[in-house]
Parts: sequence; structure tokens; C-alpha cells
Amino acid sequence: MEPMKKVTFTKEMKQTHTILIPTMLPIHFKILGNVLENYGYKIKVLDNFGQGVIDQGLKNVHNDTCYPAQLVIGQMIDALEHCDLPLDKVALLITQTGGGCRASNYIHLLRKALNKCGYGEIPVISASFLKSEQSGGFSLPVTMLLQAVYGVLCGDLIMTLYNQCIPYENVSGESQKAVDDSVEMAEQLFCKKLLRWKEVSALMVKIIKRFNQVNRRKEEKIKVGIVGEIYVKYSPLGNNNLEEFLLSEGCEVVCPGLFDFLLYCTHNVEFDHDLYGINAVKAAVMRKVNHFLRGRKSDMIHLIEQNSDFQPPCHFESTIESTKGYIGKGVKMGEGWLLTAEMVELIQHYHVNNIVCTQPFGCLPNHICGKGVMRVIKEKNPQANIVAVDYDSSASKVNQQNRIKLMLANARLMASQQNMASGNTSNRQQDSTLKQVQDVNKDSHSQVHAGFAASTVGNKSSEEQLELAAQNG
Amino acid sequence: MKNIGIDIGSTTVKLVVMEGEKILYRIYQRHLSQVRQATLQALEGAKQFLKGDKFRAAISGSAGLGLAEDAGIDFVQEVFATYKTVMEYEPDTDAVIELGGEDAKIIFLSGGLEERMNGSCAGGTGAFIDQMATLLSITPEEMDELSLKHERIYPIASRCGVFAKTDIQPLLNQGARKEDVSASIFQAVVDQTVTGLSQGRKIEGKVLFLGGPLFFFKGLQERFAETLKLSKKNAVFPSWAQYSVAIGTAIFTRGLDREYSYEEFTDILQNASSRSKSTHYLKPLFANEQEHDEFVNRHSKANVPWKDIADYSGDAYLGIDCGSTTTKLVLMSDSFETLYRYYSSSQGNPVGIVRQQLQKIYEACGDRVKIRYAVATGYGEELIQHAFHLDDGIVETIAHFKAAQHFDPKVEFILDIGGQDIKCFKIKNDAIDSIMLNEACSSGCGSFIETFAKSMGYTAEEFARLGLFSKYPVDLGSRCTVFMNSSVKQAQKDGASVEDISAGLSMSVVKNVLYKVIRARSSDELGEHIVVQGGTFLNDAVLRSFEQEIGHNVTRPDIAGLMGAYGAAIYGRGIYKASGEEKLSSMLSAKELENFVHESKPIVCQGCTNHCNLTINTFAGGERYISGNRCEKPLGLGKEKQLPDLYRFKLDQIRNLSEDCRRLREEKPMRRGTVGLPLGLNMYENLFFWVEFFHSLQMNVVISDLSSRALYAKGQYSVPSDTACYPAKLMHGHIENLLDQGVDTIFYPCMSYNFDEQKGDNHFNCPVVAYYPELLASNVEKLKSVRYLYPYLNLSAQKTFPKKVWEALRDYYPDLTLKEVKQASENAYNRYHAQRMEIKEKGKEALEFAREHGLKTIILCGRPYHVDPEINHGINQLITSLGLVVVSEDCVSDLVEPVRPNVLNQWTYHARLYNAAKYVTEHDDCELVQLVSFGCGIDAITTDEVSEILARGDRLYTQLKIDEINNLGAVKIRLRSLVGAVRERDAQKKKQ
Repeated sequence: MEPMKKVTFTKEMKQTHTILIPTMLPIHFKILGNVLENYGYKIKVLDNFGQGVIDQGLKNVHNDTCYPAQLVIGQMIDALEHCDLPLDKVALLITQTGGGCRASNYIHLLRKALNKCGYGEIPVISASFLKSEQSGGFSLPVTMLLQAVYGVLCGDLIMTLYNQCIPYENVSGESQKAVDDSVEMAEQLFCKKLLRWKEVSALMVKIIKRFNQVNRRKEEKIKVGIVGEIYVKYSPLGNNNLEEFLLSEGCEVVCPGLFDFLLYCTHNVEFDHDLYGINAVKAAVMRKVNHFLRGRKSDMIHLIEQNSDFQPPCHFESTIESTKGYIGKGVKMGEGWLLTAEMVELIQHYHVNNIVCTQPFGCLPNHICGKGVMRVIKEKNPQANIVAVDYDSSASKVNQQNRIKLMLANARLMASQQNMASGNTSNRQQDSTLKQVQDVNKDSHSQVHAGFAASTVGNKSSEEQLELAAQNG
Repeated sequence: MKNIGIDIGSTTVKLVVMEGEKILYRIYQRHLSQVRQATLQALEGAKQFLKGDKFRAAISGSAGLGLAEDAGIDFVQEVFATYKTVMEYEPDTDAVIELGGEDAKIIFLSGGLEERMNGSCAGGTGAFIDQMATLLSITPEEMDELSLKHERIYPIASRCGVFAKTDIQPLLNQGARKEDVSASIFQAVVDQTVTGLSQGRKIEGKVLFLGGPLFFFKGLQERFAETLKLSKKNAVFPSWAQYSVAIGTAIFTRGLDREYSYEEFTDILQNASSRSKSTHYLKPLFANEQEHDEFVNRHSKANVPWKDIADYSGDAYLGIDCGSTTTKLVLMSDSFETLYRYYSSSQGNPVGIVRQQLQKIYEACGDRVKIRYAVATGYGEELIQHAFHLDDGIVETIAHFKAAQHFDPKVEFILDIGGQDIKCFKIKNDAIDSIMLNEACSSGCGSFIETFAKSMGYTAEEFARLGLFSKYPVDLGSRCTVFMNSSVKQAQKDGASVEDISAGLSMSVVKNVLYKVIRARSSDELGEHIVVQGGTFLNDAVLRSFEQEIGHNVTRPDIAGLMGAYGAAIYGRGIYKASGEEKLSSMLSAKELENFVHESKPIVCQGCTNHCNLTINTFAGGERYISGNRCEKPLGLGKEKQLPDLYRFKLDQIRNLSEDCRRLREEKPMRRGTVGLPLGLNMYENLFFWVEFFHSLQMNVVISDLSSRALYAKGQYSVPSDTACYPAKLMHGHIENLLDQGVDTIFYPCMSYNFDEQKGDNHFNCPVVAYYPELLASNVEKLKSVRYLYPYLNLSAQKTFPKKVWEALRDYYPDLTLKEVKQASENAYNRYHAQRMEIKEKGKEALEFAREHGLKTIILCGRPYHVDPEINHGINQLITSLGLVVVSEDCVSDLVEPVRPNVLNQWTYHARLYNAAKYVTEHDDCELVQLVSFGCGIDAITTDEVSEILARGDRLYTQLKIDEINNLGAVKIRLRSLVGAVRERDAQKKKQ
């Protein structure tokens, strides 16, 4: 047996090869694919789902490896098996986060699988924010990275608004139409090399306004948060269409965005330096990047608040704050402290007590930051109603749904108890309490904003720096 | 107004008709996966109470979900329904435990309502008890009765049904009493429920026990009450226990508007069409009759000739294969024909069966047939060999190889699926090239199909035959039997027929073998000549699925189930012929068999801290055979010279250090008090570092005791994630141990990074090792009562370390100066490196010793904490008892150029493995055995890579998966197979 081949993506291939990208978040990845195309790559975001994908994963990846690896690699191999492009004109792209989780190994597992199936000649590109492995002809210039970052943020915006519309839409399909229109608007904007934040924020306003047009009925629905390992949390393939299931049960889904993961990754480098005194230079750079990203997220939050009555996501500062008393920020493998923070945030900021915590069966980091913290969360927030669900190619849907149904039964019970408790008081009174709550929320927001104003000013310069850097090369 | 509650669980339908608070009618029956019919039947019985009246109704239960959806009838989640019942009948309850067919649930009522269900990897419930009863060849009711007469309880892995099974089987084979095994099975169910579901919350006060199993089994009730230390008053087993969900469902309907008449309701159920089918279907096994005929024809040609024993006179050879669930005998003529064949379930008493069969054989032999040599193989090899004075015993893998090779001399691949084991061998140059065996957690083999068939009311053969002509086989996944059970549930929900489930199960077994055990992609990897055998392949549905899945025809001998025994006989013939002398087998004579008696008694060995569960078998004439031991000690053979064993050496070092700390505490109490260190995970290797560090800072150290089952049990209640690895879960016990010793400060730092040994791209700890201190902080309530220090520290950053650790400690020790800490750190680093050197030196010595004495060395690869005897279960001792030297991976990982593996090499401990593998490929007198803790996600990556490195050097790879399981039967077979294969290969090499 020979050592494994590693085919790199060369400069020439940029002209000739089509890059296949596995899907995690349909909306986001569409925009990101667009960004790559914009930079001269030929892109195909994979849309093959179903049993074929799972079977290929089972065949080609060690079955004890995490489920997302099986799905992502299965999806790629399934795509190659049914590829209508010549196979010598195809490359694959996989994301690599780096860090102590075994997920950093996906690219290697993919190469192993490719070799095993006789696709060893197909180049594999590693796309990494923090660059774990370099691929010759594939580069991520700063301008492109910046676009990708904006792309993720727009994706989050669309997803957030969609989640708040779909359960309440009066005409079925209207929310989806808004998504399609928004993605189209985004695609129109993401077609030039250099993007200014002004343009992006204008786009965001357009998107928000587009969603404002969706005709929604006023109705109390049970809100359910989805958190977990990044792939099974977002990918319908990974979580057996969890979102669809929750919608069919009459819930509103609240799902923290992907942008937070970027913030989390960059913040970790910064914090690693604080903890251990290592990597000073890298940390200094990441501190800047993180600062810049936080600013953009805050901007988006403002835009939502100014232009709609949709509930905006949290500022990253409050996300960080959420870990206090629950988990150390040193837990940085996998979703790490971010997962814990998201649960706390859902309960305390969004007032969503019902949470599905998704993870691949046997996920290592989630032992600690998922199941490991549930006890403390319940202790400090007795109203929390969390169900942990394991996903796996062999875990049956009926088992998963039954557990989620138990969580929903509890949610309904709590909701009815609350209604009963407030049933005696008049409606008006209820309204005013609600308003009070909202006001309090607003207050706390504006406080955060105030603290932010300065930093946003400071941000400007870093943004300009980045844009300047982009212009220069 | 009447209210109907229907609870459709995984195996049974429960229906109650209520009027107000009165229960008018109730029924409990098995549905044998015919969910709709069974429900209608149950309704039929209630007809007299419902006729002419309107009523309200709802459905609950995991198998009822689909029916409720299809029929548009209200559905109630079952735990929620239970809650309703309890609130109405026993509102002062503190906690509820409910066991169903396949689910376990707990409801905490007082102190904050909380409801929990078992996770997906925890199947030991009603169906599990049924399966275990089948294993013991008794009915569940008999098992219950027996259990009440138990004398002792064996430790049986409690996490998952499959695990428990691997523990129970060898106990039976060793002759443990059924009374004790029955009680132990119930205890396992109890342990699993308590740990899996309580997750840190104590179950106390008035506890209500509900569900079928807890209603029917007194033995189980007793175990629960005893384990939870409940008084008679507080352990409540109500008369309506098995109807709790149905009753709650009926209560729930009070709030509904919709009303039905009897006719309306049955109509709706009858006509409900399956709307949402989420089950996935596979290709049928045979497209048409013709294909089936061709298949039958082809396989009928593969047979071993019979010779009528009545017509034969001359030499004969006997092979006895005492497997995990079945006992097989073959008497073979001098020209390899079979004279006598026997295949049957062991029924928990293999010795009795063998005795009976031997008597029959002697009778048939008369004076004409001379049995020259008799060989035993299989799980019960040693027991049978000793009981009947057989001439020899061989490890079953070699027996199977011998048989297959005889059948097809060009055989390249052998696959054997038995009742419990899956064994695959690749053959190259007439020798075993690699052996793959299934792990405890993938044992979806024969006995599973059999028990499953029985649970649905069929024999295994009938069940298999049904599957052959299924039109829509259901896809049931391939992970493990527990998952399959729930997939079957899903399929039932979607209305799959028995035929479809049977075919689906066959395919699952095959997929499990191919993708989990062999890890093959296509038939090319298996070669042209494939022989399949083992009782499971007598099932045509499995055979066909296998051929279909690999797209290749294979050979199945007609004696597929007897290949082990046949191989043993062939082996015996070889030995006999080679010896050249004429003699009869040493086996007990017909007369001796008449007077044969066998008794077995379990005891606990007090020879060392392993405390093995021994079974003492006594035969006629007071002869004894002891099984269950890991070492030679209980056999009373006196002290043999121990072979070098690095695992023992490391453990002794730790014991000594622990003792030193204790002495120092007594003799010289230091001014800054005492710090407790939990002895587990990375602390194993860093222990010397921290002890030196704290001693230098004038602090005494308490190291928690070595792990034991009891220590684990003590901390088990606070484990939040039951799928984490056993080494991690043990940490809870170590913390309890420290607290019991009265320490006021516990130090256990979080470490993303490990020491950088310059072997890989990075030097992380695995996520569990790195952050387990965090998990303990949030889950062990008692830690709030002491000072629990778990700062984030990085030992590889030696420069910044002193300052960082000083910052972490100075709040608690205000007089601590940075200068002091700097000095202490330096001492600690020195001590750490010195100790590492010492180990490596010792490793070198061991290797030299082996070479001097011409012994093989096993490089036993794992993590530092695999030194823990509760984690490795004495595997190192077992290896030395086989005459092999044991050296740990860290001793050789610096003796080669660092490997560049094909995977990201970023964990310090794991990087050592790749180097150790490389070292083995460069040294013919070393073999590698890798210890893998169940649930270690990172080892999913390392095992593949290590085996590839070995394969590149044409070396065998052996993996031992370890967990709570305390039984080394399978491990022993694996190790002996390795030794046997290596010996054969060396012999081949010499020939060439």
C-alpha cells in the first residue's frame, strides 16, 4: 500500500475545473458560491440529498466518525458517481475549521475516501478561515474573504427573517418568495470584486423591507430554539428536516446565525493568548478582525431595529457575556462555549425556553458544552426545557421525533399554565406587561448600543483598512 | 362520557375505557408488529362498553405515532400521559420510573418537574429482558422466579443491552448459576436506568414504578428498591402500572372536543392510509422465482460428503466447537467425510449437551470406529477440554481457517458470522493476513435475528424464509441492534410487513459486517474466492443479501454452521498424523461419561485488586477447572517469573508516588495545606509534574485511589452524557473519592494543549480530556462545598506557564510569590522529564529482555490512562500470561523518524500511536495491539490510520475495544488468534 496521493488545485485548474461544494445552509451557500464565481471560479453547490448520500457516507467513512463527516463526504462521492461533468474537470472544496476537534480531519478523511473509490486524481481544496492547509491555485484574497463574510451575514439576515415570517404567513409560499427575492438581490450585488459596507447595508435594508411585505397574522406560537453541532444544527440532511418538523408542529423556529461561528473562531485566537500567553501576533490580528466583525453584526442589528419590528439577533458582547457562570471561554474545540452561550442566550435574551440541542451521535465536544452544561442551565433557569437529540445514519426518526414531542408537550403545558396564571388579569394589562418587557429589552439594547457607539467609530478605521488592503491587492 | 386511551408501544397494545375516574375495561396484548390489527382487536373486546355511546379517544406510544397521524386521531406523548395519570392517582409522588418495551423514562415531580427519556444508545429494557431470557432458554417469567433465588450479583455492563449481552454470554459458558445471572440481568437494567436517566438528580422519596416489565417482574422490583434504598412505603408498584400511559391518555381526552361512535372510530382506524412514509425501502432479494431457483441450485453444490457411521470402520477425529450460543460437534473420518454432525443451541448448559452427544457418538462408533484425537474450540474451549479430557484445544479463528482452506484451497477471504461474533480473515500466502472481529457495539449477528424472530412469534427459519420473497425490504440501518430495534419500530409505524422486516434485518446484518467490521467498499477488496460460514449464513436471506451487496457470488458450505468443529477435527487429524504414533484419544471413555458429574460455583478471587469473578467447575473425582481468571494466580501454580510489563511498571510507579504523598502528609504536614488530584485521564501522565509542583510550593498532595468498579459506581450518578468514554466517566468517581478523603481543595486544570513532543502538526488534548474539568464543575454538586480549581493551563508553553499558573493560584494562596512558582515549575518540568526518561529506559530494557529470550513483544498502544486497571481490565496481565512481553507505545514512539500520516496529526497522545506502528513495521519481533475506549471519537480516525501503517508493512493489526465490560473472553480469543496467526506466518516464512 502506497502513501496517499494528495492532488492540489493548480492555477490552471481555475479555468478548467468546476468546484463542487457540499451544502450546509442552502441560503448561505448559494450566496457564497456566488462570491466564488465572482472571483473566477466555476462553482457547483451540491443539491443531491437522500439515501444515496447516506449510503456513500457509510461505505466510505469509518462509521464511528461523526455523522457530518459521513454526510459531507457521502454527498461529494454521491455527486461524483452521478456527475455529468468530465471527472478530470472537477475539484472538491471542503471547509476546515482547525482546532482540537476531530472535525479538522474531514479533509483527510475525504482524501482517503476518494482514494478508496478511485477518485484519487480529483483535487481537493481546503477552505479555511484560519488556513489549516493551503491549496496552490486556490486563494482567498482579502476582498473575497470580506465578501464571503458579508455573504454569511446576509444569509443570517435572510434566515432570521424567514424564520420569523414562515409560521405566521397568511398566504403560503410568501415567505419563501421573499427568500428567493432576497437571494436574487444579493446575487445582483455580489457580482463585483469590491464591495463597500454601505452597499451591503443598503442591500440589507432592501431585504428587511422585502420581508416586511410578507403578510403575517398575529398569533402566539411556541418558539423553539435550535442549537448544536454546526452541521446537524443547520443542515436538513443532517437533522432529518428538523425545522420542517417543528413548523408542522406549529412552532416558530429560532436559530442563531452562522456569523457567530466566525466571531467565535476569531475570538478564540485572541482569548488563547489571554489564557496561555501564546501566539501574540496572530492574536493581535484576530483581535482586529473580530472587532471588525462585531461591528458589522451590530450594524445589521441596528438595521433590523430601524426598519422593522422583527426581533434582531444578539450583539456578540452579550453572547460572550452569556457564558458567565456556565462554562469557561477556554472551551474552544468544536462549537465549544458558543453552544452553551447560544442556549443561555435563547433563554435569557430571546425568552425562548424550549430548545432542541442537536448533535451527531458521540460528538466529543458536545459531551462538555452541550449535555455537560444542561444541568447548570436548568438550575439557573428552571423554566428551561431542553431536549438533546442525537443524529446518526441509524438513529430512527420516530425516536427523535418522540423525544422532541415530549419537549413540545412540556412547552405547551408551560404555555397554558402561563396563560392560566395571567388569565385573570385583563387583556389590556397583559398587553402592558408585554410592552414593559419589550421596553426593558429595548433599554438593555440601547445600553449595549451606547457602549458600542464608540467601538463602531473605532471600527470604521479597521474597515477602511481592510477595504484599502483589498484595493491594493 | 367515556374516554378511551390507547397506548401502542414497541411490542404491546394497551387500551383502557374509562368513565369519569372509573376504569370500565382494560386490555394488554402483544401486537407482533401488526399495529393496526392489534388495536382493532383490542377495541373489539371493549365493544360492549362502547356500543351505542359517544366517546372521546386518543392514542399514545412510540408505535402509535404513525397510526395517530394517518388516522387523524389525537396523539399524546407517552411520558406526558404518564404524568397525567400520576397527578390523578398518586399526586404526592416524588419520582416516577417507567420501563417500556424499548424506552426507559423518568419523571421528577418534586423539586421542579423534569421528564427524561433514555438516549438513543441505551436499549436495556423490556425487549432486552426478553432477549436475555431467550439466551438463557427460559421464559421471562421463569427468569423472574429464578432471580429471586440469587446468591450473588455479577457485574454486567449497564450502558447498553448489547454490551450486557457480551458480559452475560461468557458467564453462561463458564457455568455460572442461572439464578445469579437472572438477578444480575435485572441489576443491569436497574443500573442503566438509574445512571442513564438520573444524570445527577437523586431519585428519592416516594417513587412510583410503572410499565409492563416493572409490573410483571418481581425480581426487577426487588433490584430497584434495593439499589435506590427505598423503604417498602416509598417503593410503589401500583396495580395499574402497565396501563399508566393508556390511563393518562384517556384522562387527556377529557379536554378534547371530538367525539366518536364505535363504528366511526373503527372505520377511521381501518381506513387510515399511511400518509407519511419515511421508511426507506431496498431492492427485493429475488426479482423472480427463477433467480431464486438458480441461487438454491448453486449453493446446493457446496457440500462436505457424508459417510454413514454404521458403514465405517477405522480412524476418526472429533471436533467440538462450544460457541457463545450454540454447541457443535463433528466426527470426521480419515478421508475428511463427516460421520456425525450436531448443531444446537447451548441452552446455557454446554457441558451437559456435549456429554449427551459424546455418549451418542460412542454408541454409534461401537468397536469399529476409533477416535484418535479430539479437539475443542470456541468460547467454551477450555471448559470442554478440561471437562472431557480432550487432547487439544485451538483458538476458534484458526479452526475456521483450517476448515475453509480445506474446502477451497485458494480461499482469499473467510467470513464467519456466528451467534455473537463476526470473524473475517484475509488469507495471503496460505496464512492469515489480517483478522477482523466485530466490536461489542456492532454485534448485529445471528442471535439477534433469532431472538427478534421469536419476539414476533416465528422460528428463525420461518422468519428467514418469509424474508426471501419480500417485495419491499425496509432499510433498518447498520449501526447496532439497539438502533435496529428502533428502526424496526419506525418501519412498523409505516406499516411494513413481517416479510419486509425480515429481509431488512438480513441486509442490516450484512451491511454491518461489510461497512463496520470489514470496512470494505467492494468485492475487489475481498478477492475472488470467498467462503462464508457460521450459523447465520444458513439463513438464505442473509446469504443472498451478502451476495447482492458485494455483487459477487460466494461459497457457502452446507456445514456452514459446523466449520469450527470441522476445522478442529481437521487440525486434530494433522497433529495426530504428524505425531506418528498410534494411540486413542485421551477423551473420557463411555464408562467415565456415565459417571460424569459437573458442578459450578462462582467466587470472587482475592488474589489481587482485579478481583476477578471466577467460576470453579468441579467434575467427577473432584477435578477442578477454574475460569474467569486473568492471571495464573488463582490456579495455585505458584509464582512464575513475571515477564516485563510496562503497564505494570507504570502503575507501580503511580502506586509508589501515591504512597510517598501519603507518607509525607503524615510525617511532614506542609504549611499551605493539602491539594487533591483526581487520578484519571491526562493526570495519569502529568501526575509526577503536579506532585512535584505542589510539594515545591509547600502543599501536601492527596491522589485519589486507583479506579475500581465501586469507585465508578460512586460517581455514576452525576454523569451527564452516557456515550462519553469510560475513562472520562470514571472521573466522577475520583472526585467523590477525593471528597470522601476530606480534602478541601481539588486541582484539576483544563488543558487545550498537551506537551509538544514534536511528532505532529499540533499538540492538542482531545476535547474530552481537555475540558472534562469544566463538566465536573457543572455536574458534581458537591464540588461547590470545596475549593475546586480548574484553571486553563498550557504545559507546552514553558515560558509563560509559571506566570499563568501563579495568576490562577494567587487568589487562593495570597502569600505565593512568582519567584516561588517559577522554581516550583522548573522542578516540576524536571521531574516530569526524568520520569518520562525512566519509562523509556525501562521500555528499552523490556525490549532487550524479549530479544535475549527470543520472546515476542506486544506494543500495547493506548493512552496514558489505559494503565488504569479498571480501564484495561488486566489485558496486560493476560498478554504476559500468553508468554509475551508488554511495552507501551510511548517507549518506542521516539525510536523512529516521526511518521507523516495521511490524517491531521494534531493530538499529542495520538501522534505516539502512528510512530509506534511504524516501529512495529520495522521490527519483526514486535506486534501491535491497540486499546480503544468505546466512544473515543478520535480513535475512529487513529485506528484506521494505524492499521494502514501496519498494512503497508505487511503486519497484522489488532484492536481491542474496552469499556465497562469486565469480561476478557473475546479479548483472549483475539490475542490468541494474533499469536496463532503470527506463528503460522513465521512458519510459512521459514518454509520459503
